[in-house]
Amino acid sequence: MENILEVTRLKKSFKDFTLKDISFALPRGYIMGFIGPNGAGKSTTIKLIMNLLKKDGGQIKVFDKDHIKYEKEIKNRIGFVYDENHFYEELTTREMKSVIAPFYESWDDKTFDRYMKHFKLSTNKKIKELSKGMKMKYSLAMALSHNPELLIMDEPTSGLDPIVRSELLDILGDLIQDENKSVFFSTHITSDLDKVADFVTFIHDGSIILSATKDDILDNYGIVKGGMDLLNDQTQKVFIGIRKNNYGFEGLVDDRKKARNLFRDNIVIDKPSLEDIMVYTVRGDQHV
Amino acid sequence: MKIIILNSSDEPIYRQIVRQLEEMILKGRLVAGDALPSIRGLARELHISVITTKRAYEELEREGFIETVPGKGSFVAAQNRELLREKRLDIVEERLIGAILAAKSLDISQDELINLLHQLYEEV
Repeated sequence: MENILEVTRLKKSFKDFTLKDISFALPRGYIMGFIGPNGAGKSTTIKLIMNLLKKDGGQIKVFDKDHIKYEKEIKNRIGFVYDENHFYEELTTREMKSVIAPFYESWDDKTFDRYMKHFKLSTNKKIKELSKGMKMKYSLAMALSHNPELLIMDEPTSGLDPIVRSELLDILGDLIQDENKSVFFSTHITSDLDKVADFVTFIHDGSIILSATKDDILDNYGIVKGGMDLLNDQTQKVFIGIRKNNYGFEGLVDDRKKARNLFRDNIVIDKPSLEDIMVYTVRGDQHV
Repeated sequence: MKIIILNSSDEPIYRQIVRQLEEMILKGRLVAGDALPSIRGLARELHISVITTKRAYEELEREGFIETVPGKGSFVAAQNRELLREKRLDIVEERLIGAILAAKSLDISQDELINLLHQLYEEV
């Protein structure tokens, strides 16, 4: 499988935060969700990919090309949706488009018009008059009008209502129909967007905790529930994170079969959500 | 064609798809040559990962239910009649095993169980 995005041992240090040699890869034709709590390093990673921040070490390849050496070519083939509005509020959607379009060699006004129509956006409305959901759709129309092969979105769903999020799922589904395009998006809310993610990369405190197909993750991880009598120093080791209460415990394991062999029929195993995996991993770290 | 995904089910999503398509083929609702939705099209419709639908189709292919023609799509395969009968029996067998295990755990004899089966078969 050809990788459309490949990050290898990427490093970046700030005074109070370090991205520690992170690596992951996204194959062409698929959607990857980049999840993690606030401050985990998601935006930093995306800014490094877009070369908006200077990396301290490691390698980033987009379309199999170095992201700095071929920056101009690469950016012509990427659609980028920022986490907040970065358009001029006083301009109309059409005026703003005229500012941005010349930067792209393959900008296509027909595609832009099609998206604006599809999203029911007016071309003579000022950007400040758009609702949050409409701004998101406008950003998408702007990001997709040069027919990019890779769509990168930083926190696209934060603050959006479930209806707009669901519409976004349809748009992403449409986008990857031709098998050539990929989507990479970050989110701290493991929202409905996870439904369509083919791959999930989980970052926590500047390190990649896991990067795999979502199906593999959900097949293997489990929330084990049982009575406190089952826990001792030995058995506790199988848990990534555990939450105890007066009536029993609930713990996250990354190998359901192993947990089943260990505890036999004394436990029940629940399907975890990505959110469970995130919460137990982060809080397990703090030995809560 | 109807495919229903239950997010709350313990059964992985790809298995739910495999089971429902298998059933449609076994019951003759889908017949040899019928076109299936594309892997990506189905993923989009159901709002699920492409990898999930891909995995479902791969499993159906392995079991001989469907075949994929590169560039054309996936189709219901010509079913081997023997195999089809076997698969149908498999489904019933699985449920009978459940009934037998229940009978054994409740001390119900083989004769009693067979009698019960005869009786129920007439009634249901």
